[in-house]
Amino acid sequence: MGAVVVTGRGRPPRARVTRMKPRTMFEKIWEAHLVRAASADTPAILYVDLHLIHEVTSPQAFTWLREKNLKVRRPERTVATMDHSTPTTPRGRDGKIAVLDNAAALQIAALEKNCADFGIELHPLGTEGQGIVHVIGPELGLTQPGAIIVCGDSHTSTHGAFGALAFGIGTSEVSHVLATQSLLQQPPKTLAVTVEGTLRPGVTAKDLILAVIARLGIGGGTGYVIEYRGSAIRALSMEERMTVCNMSIEAGARAGMIAPDETTFAYLEGRPRAPQGADWDQAVAAWRSLPSDAGAAFDREEKFDAASLEPMITYGTNPGMGIAIGGPIPAPSNATAEKALAYMGLTGEKQLLGHKIDVVFIGSCTNSRLSDLRAAAGIFKGRKVAEGVRVLVVPGSQAIKKAAEAEGLDRVFREAGADWREAGCSMCIAMNGDQLKPGQYAVSTSNRNFEGRQGAGGRTFLASPVTAAASAITGRVTDARELV
Amino acid sequence: MEKVNLITSRTVVLPVENVDTDQIIPARFLKATSKIGLGQHLFADWRFDAQGKPKADFILNRPEAAGANVLVAGDNFGCGSSREHAPWALHDYGFRAVVSTSIADIFRNNALKNGLIPVVVDGAVHARLLAAPGGSVTISVEDQTLTLADGTRASFPIDPFARFCLLNGLDELDFLLAQEPAIAAFEKRRAG
Ligand code: SF4
Repeated sequence: MGAVVVTGRGRPPRARVTRMKPRTMFEKIWEAHLVRAASADTPAILYVDLHLIHEVTSPQAFTWLREKNLKVRRPERTVATMDHSTPTTPRGRDGKIAVLDNAAALQIAALEKNCADFGIELHPLGTEGQGIVHVIGPELGLTQPGAIIVCGDSHTSTHGAFGALAFGIGTSEVSHVLATQSLLQQPPKTLAVTVEGTLRPGVTAKDLILAVIARLGIGGGTGYVIEYRGSAIRALSMEERMTVCNMSIEAGARAGMIAPDETTFAYLEGRPRAPQGADWDQAVAAWRSLPSDAGAAFDREEKFDAASLEPMITYGTNPGMGIAIGGPIPAPSNATAEKALAYMGLTGEKQLLGHKIDVVFIGSCTNSRLSDLRAAAGIFKGRKVAEGVRVLVVPGSQAIKKAAEAEGLDRVFREAGADWREAGCSMCIAMNGDQLKPGQYAVSTSNRNFEGRQGAGGRTFLASPVTAAASAITGRVTDARELV
Repeated sequence: MEKVNLITSRTVVLPVENVDTDQIIPARFLKATSKIGLGQHLFADWRFDAQGKPKADFILNRPEAAGANVLVAGDNFGCGSSREHAPWALHDYGFRAVVSTSIADIFRNNALKNGLIPVVVDGAVHARLLAAPGGSVTISVEDQTLTLADGTRASFPIDPFARFCLLNGLDELDFLLAQEPAIAAFEKRRAG
């Protein structure tokens, strides 16, 4: 849209369309949500379209609302689910998922009460719409291009896969959004991560993002919003794009985004909360104007060649410590790296390939969608999990669970010797009963390998679903390309 | 919120880079529905062994750390999860400022809302702080400065609005609530 400027004095007014500065997708979305622009003294006030909440980072926010006698301004713009502290153990005879942990039960009860008292839509444990918050948003069609989406969870960046501006917030900010549907924000800088070319067979979206994080480093994206661009990104499915955007925060970037295109529209069309009928056509027309304009300036750009990427795995205690699966473990360059290797029990080790493992976890908001489960099942089919290895396969949502079961994937996992679970965060975060024992090694499809993340003393190698599945079969860190 | 301006304290030095929020407070302690008392779980897996006994060699368990409320840590402090429990735990334990060469975005935002000052200094000042654990420092929010015992002064950036809120003990939520007319106007404009 060009601004119309009227010029000329004493003559008939002449309309002239001034050319607007090319804008990035981030700038377009940011500007469209400005309740008030930033001033010298105050940050911008941004309007939030969709607020997702879960049981762990919301209870205190509701307490403050009650203390201040406030209402939720737009309850219809907040949607709640339960995922982090909830068990994913199989249902009992009564068809219910038993919550044995008292503290978790209290948190769940608090969310139920808060949603009932404030009129917020809730997808309770075990119900059709329940699942990991970043899985159900897209699945229901709540996640839409051009929106600002926030959640008290750093992996909110996942929703950026749809061309939304989506980022994690703290609990104070959760209370701000509940009470005012708005947030105070300083504008971040923009980083273009451009990936051109074609991924080689056996190299997945997870490998792509692990390679990006390995290059940027765990703090390399701090202060930036990433836009992933280039032919390799365009070629990804929506589920793969979510895997990529999900891990933006692991490079320190609060948000990652991908321009919406036909892939995006095809995924969204017909989803329960997506616009329908004439509204759909109108929405798609508006979404088509979202991609960054030609010539839009980013504060920084990093380029990657897709064809040069290998399957990746992490060896250390942050997601930036990733290597090609067959590559050498880098010698530690400082005390922090030495500490990481010592924690991982890898001091002096040359490579990860072939390293013995105890557990395999396939799940989390990074890799628990149907395509991830299919990829893993492709490896498990007709094979058995190695003796002594514990394997958990945890679908991201009840809907995925149902779809996977309809295809018989659950049988493939069970017959191979893996556990098939209810939906939730499970072993991604050691707070729901699923966790590593001290010293155990796991290949995990989740997003964090921090010390103790999967259980105090546990050691995590992050990798793709196919690497995880192949490693489950051999009991060692394995390049899945060797099994196929 | 309490007003915050001057902080004078000895430092506690944790010379580790990329201290993530899972270390600051492990996830199993996030099942609380209040923020009170989280300090007891601060750095739980670094502070205590599997039996819950304090590890003698961890800095917070050493006598010289007692009473110090400025934490000096390695680069990229507070990375990882958005849990506000991290600044809650640090503040509840007694810390009033964290000094590093960089601080993760979400953690910094959360810290500022809880009277915990994120202080980013350059490598040279940071190196001096690391080299002198237990040294006395003064942090001024008003002047945006950190002053070392020998009088050397370093300035640090802080969002002007967050600074204003800290100095005046204001809650950002109250400011946002006062913007109701602008928010309502925005909603009306959009509904078009
Ligand atoms: S799956 Fe893991 S990273 Fe994702 S929301 Fe749950 S705990 Fe967070």
